[in-house]
Amino acid sequence: MWKTILRRFLVMIPQLFILSLIVFIMAKQMPGDPFTGLITPETDANRIAELREEAGLNDPIVVQYYNWISGVVQGDLGKSYTYKRSVSSIIGERAYNTFLLSLLSAILVYLIAIPLGVLAGRYQNSFLDKSIVLYSFLSYAIPTFVLSLIFLFLFGYQFEWFPTSGTVDVSLEPGTMDYYWSKFYHILLPSITFALLGTTSIIQYLRTEIIDASGQDYVKTARSKGIPMRKVYSRHIFRNSLLPIAAFFGFTITGLLGGSIFIETVFGYPGMGQLFVQSIQSRDYSVITALVMLFGFLTLLGSLLSDIIMSIVDPRIRID
Amino acid sequence: MSFMQIKDLCVHYPIRGGFFNTVVDQVYAVDGITMEFDKGKTYGLVGESGCGKSTTGKAIIGLERITSGSIIYEGEEVTNQRRKRNSAYNRDVQMIFQDSHSSMNPRKRVSDILAEPIRNFTNMTPDEERRRINELLAIVGMPEDAKHKYPHEFSGGQRQRLGIARAVACNPKLIIADEPVSALDLSVQAQVLNFMQDIQDEYGLSYLFISHDLGVVKHMCDDIAIMYRGRFVERGTSKEIYADPRHIYTHRLLSAIPNIEPETRLERKVERLQVEKDYKDKQHNYYDENGKVHPLQPITDTHFVAMLNAEGGN
Amino acid sequence: MSGANELLEIKNLSTSFRIKDDFFPAVDDVSLTLKKNEILAIVGESGCGKSTLATSIVGLHNPNNTKVTGEINYKGKNLVTMTDEQFNNVRGADIGFIFQDPLSALNPLMKIEQQIEESLIYHTKLAKAERQARVLQLLEQVGIPNPPRVAQQFPHQLSGGMRQRVMIAIALACKPPIIIADEPTTALDVTIQAQILDLLKELQAETESGIILITHDLGVVAEVADRVAVMYAGQVIEEAPVVELFRNPKHPYTRSLLNSIPQMNSEGDKLNVIHGIVPSLKNLPRTGCRFSPRIPWIDRATHEDNPTLHEVAPDHFVRCTCWKTFHFEDEGGSVQ
Repeated sequence: MWKTILRRFLVMIPQLFILSLIVFIMAKQMPGDPFTGLITPETDANRIAELREEAGLNDPIVVQYYNWISGVVQGDLGKSYTYKRSVSSIIGERAYNTFLLSLLSAILVYLIAIPLGVLAGRYQNSFLDKSIVLYSFLSYAIPTFVLSLIFLFLFGYQFEWFPTSGTVDVSLEPGTMDYYWSKFYHILLPSITFALLGTTSIIQYLRTEIIDASGQDYVKTARSKGIPMRKVYSRHIFRNSLLPIAAFFGFTITGLLGGSIFIETVFGYPGMGQLFVQSIQSRDYSVITALVMLFGFLTLLGSLLSDIIMSIVDPRIRID
Repeated sequence: MSFMQIKDLCVHYPIRGGFFNTVVDQVYAVDGITMEFDKGKTYGLVGESGCGKSTTGKAIIGLERITSGSIIYEGEEVTNQRRKRNSAYNRDVQMIFQDSHSSMNPRKRVSDILAEPIRNFTNMTPDEERRRINELLAIVGMPEDAKHKYPHEFSGGQRQRLGIARAVACNPKLIIADEPVSALDLSVQAQVLNFMQDIQDEYGLSYLFISHDLGVVKHMCDDIAIMYRGRFVERGTSKEIYADPRHIYTHRLLSAIPNIEPETRLERKVERLQVEKDYKDKQHNYYDENGKVHPLQPITDTHFVAMLNAEGGN
Repeated sequence: MSGANELLEIKNLSTSFRIKDDFFPAVDDVSLTLKKNEILAIVGESGCGKSTLATSIVGLHNPNNTKVTGEINYKGKNLVTMTDEQFNNVRGADIGFIFQDPLSALNPLMKIEQQIEESLIYHTKLAKAERQARVLQLLEQVGIPNPPRVAQQFPHQLSGGMRQRVMIAIALACKPPIIIADEPTTALDVTIQAQILDLLKELQAETESGIILITHDLGVVAEVADRVAVMYAGQVIEEAPVVELFRNPKHPYTRSLLNSIPQMNSEGDKLNVIHGIVPSLKNLPRTGCRFSPRIPWIDRATHEDNPTLHEVAPDHFVRCTCWKTFHFEDEGGSVQ
């Protein structure tokens, strides 16, 4: 098992390398550079040119990539052009925010999706089932930013139930109960929005799995033992149906990261998603590349995590 | 003289493992099989699940990669070569599958299914093709309007006959039949078996009949090979195998077949238990220390058994 | 019910499936009795209703699209009219069930011990330790080597034969007087089949239980059955003690089937082929002899209008009167 995990990590290295190459080249192909935004009628063109030279933007792209990647190998992700700080420290503080948001979103996704999927599967073709399926299709069809904007407008501005931006009320003393409550309060609306939209695949999958499992021979065996239907569901059908969902868990990480880009931007939540959008706008190459690398790494990690979970919950699968 | 020879056919699958995913071991699915095919004869390949009988069939027709050994067809080496789509070998060796349902494209009509081999291997005009399809349907005893239907509109037995029609479309010399009747009911099975014999008599076909059912094999085959762990444990004419089985594994298989004589079932059980006991006690006579089957030794010109010190005679 | 030896009495049982808005009987007016200490084989080709009959006895049909009528009398109670909750006290405790494919019939995520233990939890008052002891004892009884090890394994770690032994252990767990085995050896190799059949027979003798063995294989019937019922198109068309059935088969269908078995001494001969195909559920003839379309050379007048079972010899029953004049097509003339 440990060997497999180590091997999977080693395989990630070339994958991430190719990813970084593609992203670096694509970022460089975008029109403009970090200093384009600084140009005003009063700026001295020579000064801009000097800055460009200093930042190494005039070197051939291969040299620029080499400079950057050799830093990365030594653990230095480079310096942000916009913030004039090291990329790792910027991402570090944002990553914590995104982690909190993603964690709550993931919890809510499973809290909503599992009961709905189970109910839809168990009472197949009933009114309840049809309503749940309708909901899951609706949530699939609505783009994230549309629902985010609607919720922000309704619950943030109209009813003023939730804060409309930020991570915490700045007037509060860090470490107090109120401070943590405020943090939670700030991520609640974005998380709910995200969770409502992220449940589709799990509901649909679980529903199909339950319907499928109910028709399996081992369920007939269980029935032939004279076990009450309720117990047949809880001991045999649910457990077997939840298996693929558990394995799905690793992949939800990818979905959460992708979703965070929209959610954080709309809700003005300073996480990695928002940072990503901002750095693209300001052509902050080192941040963009570092973020894509991080997202890529987390995605690969997610799929590894899924395989590991699978081997734990399903006795038929062994990683060695 | 046989038209086709198989020499030392092996199909091994690598087992990968270890840190660098290297080949750590091999699965000896087929491990050195030698056969010859004469015109108009039926060869039985019998064994329990996992013995390699299906893999053998697939390797011969080219659906499995042959690890070593050779297939010689009419004097020509045809092993694993990049045969042309319309080579004589591809045309002359055809296959019938166990599951007639999944071996036919559900979106194609019977006429298209039957036309496929004709188009691949011959240059018939559409008119000739149409006539040939009608002819084929007549051979397998189906009405002409069957060609406009889809596979799912037929019963299991009818579909299996269509599978045979497809296999005989280009006048093959050898048909590999992989458990052709295992999925069928008794009465339908009889139909298909009779029919296979009819077209054999008419066209001088040879069959390689792969099955786990010793009753069916006895009924159909002239020569029988019993397979176990990728090798033949015994080979001989049908009579030799059933009347004078030499290998302990053959004994074991034969004694396990249910017989439709309820009167003698107790005696048969006693005998079966004795054979089972012998099978456990005498392993070392018949298998080497790694559990592998010994090489075949001749007993008569046609009868071979895989054991050390096989006695000749009879 | 007559006789104290009778375990289960099936009387005029019909099981119909709904197709669109109509019900079609897959099992039509079947009456059978299972006695103590015997193996009753129900044999027939696919679609004859034998598996539906087995499922009806344990009440496992989906009530939404199935209609079961008639009686299944067990210990003075009619199983057909029981609610699902009442039935749960019978299933597992009084009737054990063995399925065809032991791999799919075992839960892949549960240890063997848990799966055998389950019926003990619901039908006995045994404590945990006693249940575990009983599981080991059962595994021993069905001939599994090293029971403590196997008890902690998962189904995929066992061979096909071992899995079927576990299935049998599950069925036997609460010592039910009745066991229903639905094609218990069809998925197994012949050598394993022989072992499992021997095991079933031994266990049956040991526990004096009654087994209903559902199979399509006449060879299996000849090996283990005491009595045989042959089914065709939802009906029992012949019922007889096993030797009688194989020596003096009467119904045209039974005779045709026996003649289509490729036997050890039939090489070269043509096997008997039955004309036409088994009618599908929707196309069942509702009146008259259901086998008559498949023996068209037999005079229609020899069939009964409403064929019933007739006792032609002690304990030997045949449906319809056509058997008296039946001959195979190529025999010509009456041979009976």
